Amino acid sequence: MKGTVLALGLFAVSNMLYAQTAEEKGLAIAVEADKRDQGWTDQATTLKMTLRNRHGDESTREIHGKALEVKGDGDKSLTIFDTPRDVKGTAFLSFTHALKSDEQWLYLPALKRVKRISSSNKSGPFMGSEFAYEDISSQEVEKYKYKFIKDDKLNGRDVFINERFPQYKHSGYTKQIAWIDKEMYQPLKIEFYDRKGSLLKTLTHHEYKQYLNTYWRPSRMEMVNHQTGKSTTLLWLSYQYKNGYTDRDFDRNSLKRAR
Amino acid sequence: MKSLLYIIALSFSSLVMSSEWSGHVALEYRQFTTDALLAEQHDQIVSVSVQPEWFHEWDAGKQSFTFVPFVRWDQYDDERSHTDIRELTWLKAAEDWELRAGIRKVFWGVTESQHLVDIINQTDFVENTDGEDKLGQPMLNLALIRDWGTLDLFVLPYFRQRTFPGTEGRLRTTLVVDTDQATYQSDDEEKHVDYALRWQHTLGEWDVGVSHFNGTSRDPQFNPGFDSSGNPVLVPYYALIHQTGLDLQATLDEWLWKLEVIRRSGEAESYLATTGGFEYTFYGVMESSADIGLVMEYLYDDRGTAATTPFQDDLMLGLRFTLNDEASSEALIGIIDDQDSDARMLNIEASRRFGNHWKLNLEGRWFNHIPANDSLYSLRNDDYIQLELVYYF
Repeated sequence: MKGTVLALGLFAVSNMLYAQTAEEKGLAIAVEADKRDQGWTDQATTLKMTLRNRHGDESTREIHGKALEVKGDGDKSLTIFDTPRDVKGTAFLSFTHALKSDEQWLYLPALKRVKRISSSNKSGPFMGSEFAYEDISSQEVEKYKYKFIKDDKLNGRDVFINERFPQYKHSGYTKQIAWIDKEMYQPLKIEFYDRKGSLLKTLTHHEYKQYLNTYWRPSRMEMVNHQTGKSTTLLWLSYQYKNGYTDRDFDRNSLKRAR
Repeated sequence: MKSLLYIIALSFSSLVMSSEWSGHVALEYRQFTTDALLAEQHDQIVSVSVQPEWFHEWDAGKQSFTFVPFVRWDQYDDERSHTDIRELTWLKAAEDWELRAGIRKVFWGVTESQHLVDIINQTDFVENTDGEDKLGQPMLNLALIRDWGTLDLFVLPYFRQRTFPGTEGRLRTTLVVDTDQATYQSDDEEKHVDYALRWQHTLGEWDVGVSHFNGTSRDPQFNPGFDSSGNPVLVPYYALIHQTGLDLQATLDEWLWKLEVIRRSGEAESYLATTGGFEYTFYGVMESSADIGLVMEYLYDDRGTAATTPFQDDLMLGLRFTLNDEASSEALIGIIDDQDSDARMLNIEASRRFGNHWKLNLEGRWFNHIPANDSLYSLRNDDYIQLELVYYF
């Protein structure tokens, strides 16, 4: 009898150790992806966005930005708009947080005015594109609850299919399904489901390159909105590391002289 | 000598490397919707403005030079046709300080309906009655950047007079303002050196600024006089003042709570003025990507009807539409309602972009039921709609 209890106890322990639930496995994948992406410290990027409507009419936006890794919290970023020309010099400073509201300031060069702005517009379009603010902001593990679906293959690569459910306020999504590459621990594809639970957008990442022999970054992203027929291509023209940025490069003073 | 040549060559090469031109050219058409009060004024006015910008940086972006001239040509008004140097500045940024020398524009404050705390630059009043266009101000500005906030110190060695419309201009007092005869409390007149300081800090959801200004008031008083031909005119008088200001914003999700308070003292009796209110935004209305913001601000001046501003006990209600579309279409409709009379001012500002370089701006202002004792009385027939086509390069 005693032996049976012990055996049952051992079985329970081993079950906990080896038979993860789908939620635990989903979280473990996100934690591993986050761990592998730590230590990049800072980053400078230049981007070009091409917006396309359902008739195929295109317009472009060029931006460049800086980001600073913040350990144990969301990253800091400074984004500067270069085109369209009327918004040239407009700059956007953001201190992101996992669950707490982000802190955001906008610099309007014509008025020389720094405006603290609300971060409740997470589901709003970034510069009129199909990317919402929440799609391009710092990805923290705590932002979602996870559920592992299955192992699969995508374009000949081994992937985990992982569902994630936004836990932060003001998200436009009920669910995202991510195809995570098993080698890079980076997404190859993400589907976004709207507040009604219908498929809204599909994002695909292309032409991954490795930087500092560690960090995988896509050179191109394609976002397609299935409900409006609009799409946006995001080209990452350059990534630069080891810039030596400090907090001082991400404050209201640096925002005012950002170029 | 060799090193000097080397420095010159180096600075020249960096000059070529990281200099850039940008700017805009604008064509403006104003249609006044009520007949002019005065025979010499016009109902349809065309105007052109140019504002190029030359920017050059070196020292890995730690130093820069900016030059922004401005020219406006107006079809009729010789005073509105004017030029200005909006910016001619050298900047040096270090780890815990920034130094700027030259001509610049500085903005302080948080509210939308009026800008009480904002005092460094003179208003370029011929550009627009909303007080948001400013003349370049010569200054030396040292910013000390510390853990406890940013402290900005200003020395302002030269005073800029406010611009006023000429005889053929609209949106003016019945008697024209003769800026050539301007008088000052200070014997140094426009050469009086003004000083200002401001502390600014962010504490979580709160952004706070405290400032003090000591020098020549940017707001003139007026005395009756005569011009050289013997016509009656208004002569501006600029007094010396002390002004302490506070600006505060709390950013709480969809709510922005805003407050500006100033206390001004000098020759005249000291007074207190304030603007306070909120902006609440409905994001993604009706499952669209458009936002609608509701703005409400109360404007107060404790001098009451003796105030030199028209906003002594007024309520501003505004609606801001932001479509978040590819053309960045947006509109702001605002009403400022005087609580002591039926006076009401209606403003509309809207804009959208065409392609990568063009923008179309629509602006309209209406003045309703302005009583004879209101400082806006002389603008009672100056309702207008304006279209502005801007090319950015």
